[in-house]
Amino acid sequence: MKMSGAEIIIKLLERQGVRTIAGIPGGANLPLYDAMGKNGNIKHILTRHEQGAGFIAQGMARVTGKPAVFFATSGPGATNTLTAIADAKLDSIPIICITGQVPLSMIGTDAFQEVDTYGLSVPITKHNFLVRSAEDLLRIIPDAFRIAASGRPGPVVIDVPKDVQMAEVEFDEWPELGVPDATPELFHGEIEHAAAMINRAKRPILYLGGGVILSDSSAEALAMAEKGAIPSVLTLMGLGAIPSGHPLNLGMLGMHAARYTNLALEECDLLIAVGVRFDDRATGKVSEFCPKAKVIHMDIDPSELDKIKTAHASVRGDVADVLKALLPHIEQKNRAEWNGRIESLRTAHPMIVPGADDPTSPYGVILKAAELAGEEAIVCTDVGQHQMRTAQVYPFTRPHRWLTSGGLGTMGFGMPAALGAALAAPDKPVICFSGDGSIMMNIQDLATAMEYDIPIKIILTNNNALGLVRQQQDLFYGQRYVASDYDKCVDFIKIAEGFGIKAYDLGNCDDPAVTLAEAIAAPGPALIHVPVSPNEPVYPMVAPGAANSQMIGGENHV
Amino acid sequence: MCKQTVIELSVNNHPGVMSHICGLFARRAYNVEGIACMPVNGGQTSKIWLLVNADDRLDQMIKQVDKLEDVLLVERYDSGHPVFAKMAEFVQ
Repeated sequence: MKMSGAEIIIKLLERQGVRTIAGIPGGANLPLYDAMGKNGNIKHILTRHEQGAGFIAQGMARVTGKPAVFFATSGPGATNTLTAIADAKLDSIPIICITGQVPLSMIGTDAFQEVDTYGLSVPITKHNFLVRSAEDLLRIIPDAFRIAASGRPGPVVIDVPKDVQMAEVEFDEWPELGVPDATPELFHGEIEHAAAMINRAKRPILYLGGGVILSDSSAEALAMAEKGAIPSVLTLMGLGAIPSGHPLNLGMLGMHAARYTNLALEECDLLIAVGVRFDDRATGKVSEFCPKAKVIHMDIDPSELDKIKTAHASVRGDVADVLKALLPHIEQKNRAEWNGRIESLRTAHPMIVPGADDPTSPYGVILKAAELAGEEAIVCTDVGQHQMRTAQVYPFTRPHRWLTSGGLGTMGFGMPAALGAALAAPDKPVICFSGDGSIMMNIQDLATAMEYDIPIKIILTNNNALGLVRQQQDLFYGQRYVASDYDKCVDFIKIAEGFGIKAYDLGNCDDPAVTLAEAIAAPGPALIHVPVSPNEPVYPMVAPGAANSQMIGGENHV
Repeated sequence: MCKQTVIELSVNNHPGVMSHICGLFARRAYNVEGIACMPVNGGQTSKIWLLVNADDRLDQMIKQVDKLEDVLLVERYDSGHPVFAKMAEFVQ
């Protein structure tokens, strides 16, 4: 066979099962686009910003669990992708970014649209490549898929100089597909030791994170919770790992957890951490996190073990393998006393949800939308108060339906991630909760939603402020609201309509519940505008750096 | 003077490997006191020796280095390595 580097890339992507690629062409990656045009089996989504393309890829990867690909040209195209790549690194999402680069002979000359993409992406990728010959693509492309999806998943960047894309290569056969490495072998001693600790514990709590979602081990996690009658808390990334209505589910822990959740953790004698990394938003002040508890930490990434909190027992392995191996060793229990104590904490310190019945309130619109969208819905958020409220109250029932920027906290994540989710799962409703601050960060891709008629429903709670910033100024900076309120209002209805998107205004309609239902049921993309007050904090809140026991607000005054 | 350790790495030999390794240390403000690198056999792989201060972050650093795709093997020499003894002669 004789093919150009660009043709090899496109064919190898197709062989890996890639059918949709988001991106933007430019001088340095035009051979790649030309090859895609000749091939015809891959659908390209032309975004308005490369960051949007990166988050579309993330949306696809988070829903399917498989690596997704996006394209950018050299220089500014590549720098525009960096936030989406860093976001994927922190949340362990398998995406592959293929960038164009100036020709090899011009690298290092400050050529037009040249930037050191390899150097820039070193600290924010799981691995990266600068391809120096077209032959190398036969090895590098499958390897990128293997690396992105193996072990703890993550982003991979492949930077391809333009002359490498155009170079012709003779080769005899296609390489093997890139597939994830086998999961590491377990040490049975570690499993038995952990099981003995769990069986001995009087007041254990399961602490489930994104690793449970990524390893598809929700069923095993729930089985373990039920067999051992172990109450369970979830990280932001772990939401959906076990159903929200389950009696053993105590919801999200940490900075914006319900009071009873953090209080239960104060009392536990064993913390069973599964696929979590002890993020500071979850733990609060680490030295005061679960002060009475021994810790068992299970993770596929050995560098996470003992990174932040030294565990009394570590289990290295794929969380799915670990839970499967552990389950037969877990004694059937009811732990009536401990679960009774949890129930009394839940009754005394419940999650207070102001305006739960009002579909025009910040919480009420989330609950109403959840009811209307149904259990199959995929829920994306941007970053801010709406994100924390959704995490607090949305009734998640299953994994891979909750897409949020957990680690990096990227405003602008939600809408393009929702586009990716809808492209990957066209049969499921996709809702995106956003705020007026966040949506502005990638608003240009409303045009992408319009252009491809992607049926996402954006629920925009608009307080004309950077709400979570304002809330911190309210609580910790003497109410000096510097640079967190906008002085003038943007007309989001007109903006949506200007992008060719249907718009609904819950602040200006006869029956908001009916309007919301109509918007969610309508075909095509829609923006639902919900004006809310900037003076509605998300409670409870733990001050950054404080112990989780020191919660502000959300008390039960009944 | 604090105790020093030598980390010996077997790595793929291509431009960029060194920046991955040094970047890991640099962003954590963890200084590499000495560094040596030589290609092995035909040059497909290299050996890198890092002389570092043995503080309580070292275990975590070694785990992070071990995660790098281009790092094939990590060995630790807590009682030093002759490569640095020989190199020291050049900087006396």
